[in-house]
Amino acid sequence: MSMNRRQFLKLASASTILGVGAASVINNISNGSLEAAQIHPDPRALKAKRWGFVVDVSKLTTDEDYQKCIDACHDIHNVPNNPNPRHEVKWIWKDTYEHTFPNTAEDKIMNRELQEKNFLLFCNHCQNPACVRVCPTKATFKRESDGIVMQDMHRCIGCRFCMAACPFGARSFNYTDPRPNIKVENKEFPTRMIGVVEKCTACYERLAVGKQPACAEKSNGAIVFGDLEDPNSEVRKLITEKYTIRRKPELGTQPSIYYVIGGGEHA
Amino acid sequence: MYNTGKIIAGLVVFFILATLPFLLNLGKANAKIEPSIDTPEINAMPKKHCVEPKAFMRSEHMQLLNNWRDQVVRNGNRIYVGSDGNEYPISLQNTCMKCHANKKKFCDKCHNYMAVKPYCWGCHIAPKENEA
Repeated sequence: MSMNRRQFLKLASASTILGVGAASVINNISNGSLEAAQIHPDPRALKAKRWGFVVDVSKLTTDEDYQKCIDACHDIHNVPNNPNPRHEVKWIWKDTYEHTFPNTAEDKIMNRELQEKNFLLFCNHCQNPACVRVCPTKATFKRESDGIVMQDMHRCIGCRFCMAACPFGARSFNYTDPRPNIKVENKEFPTRMIGVVEKCTACYERLAVGKQPACAEKSNGAIVFGDLEDPNSEVRKLITEKYTIRRKPELGTQPSIYYVIGGGEHA
Repeated sequence: MYNTGKIIAGLVVFFILATLPFLLNLGKANAKIEPSIDTPEINAMPKKHCVEPKAFMRSEHMQLLNNWRDQVVRNGNRIYVGSDGNEYPISLQNTCMKCHANKKKFCDKCHNYMAVKPYCWGCHIAPKENEA
């Protein structure tokens, strides 16, 4: 078969159009994505514009008070208790004033009581999270609906960029299989596997069924959870009434955990 | 043509060897894979049904699970309305495996046959089963 240039171009363009058209038709048929009517959130779900926490450590007096919050979280989320401290996995933990607010700790004449106090630390669910910016697979992302910084374990490739990016050390890497280090598994919640990063998810699975985060529930009022964008919420009232500080505000990540400092008679 | 005899003999041997697996199994029935739905939860149902009809689930459960995963993790939608109009909480561990509590006789049956290894169970906790 011989063909001149004109015929060739006609044939080529016609088959291109056919191919593109067919591909889009096939894609639409085999798309298999769910219709909006097929799926909706649980009506019990708690809603907010931006979830945040107010932590008042003056309400935590003994080591047990701290441990109760930590255990409440780690037990329901199947967080492993790795015997090797270098492989520690933690969602919520306790640390000294010096480590919590490092840029103010050199002050020798400040309130000793505050300086010797331990603080409860967990993911700050920053408004401008550094971890989300660096994630190459969008495994960690900020939920548009309520500002929770989420971690999609299905997508995490374990590159640990987020761990380097997070200024608060809120992320842990599974250097080993976590399963053998979980004493009692919560069958309602998955574990993680070797090679993924995990962190506090603000109990998104509890919020979805209308429950408060586990740490807030067990903290005896030391951790208050609520909507930072709602001026009438409990967290906003606490933040306006008391003097609060956030960790490393100078980095501009806009953390969503406010720590109540003092709040005594002279505050 | 040189070595005609050897070449043709070689081709015949090759043909027989290459088709041997098919020839040996000729006429034999394929081993049937039947995932078992014999669990107390399913037996207790007055009318046995899954979130979607059986034929759909058989061919499309992977797409359904992928969609479920994205909807829960990324969009926070946790209720699925099946084509029968019933609402189901979206959860592999708490919805699928509550009924299909026999992973070894249900999931693994076909997955092993097809030699696929879905990595669901690296994180999601499979139901406890007694070794039969």
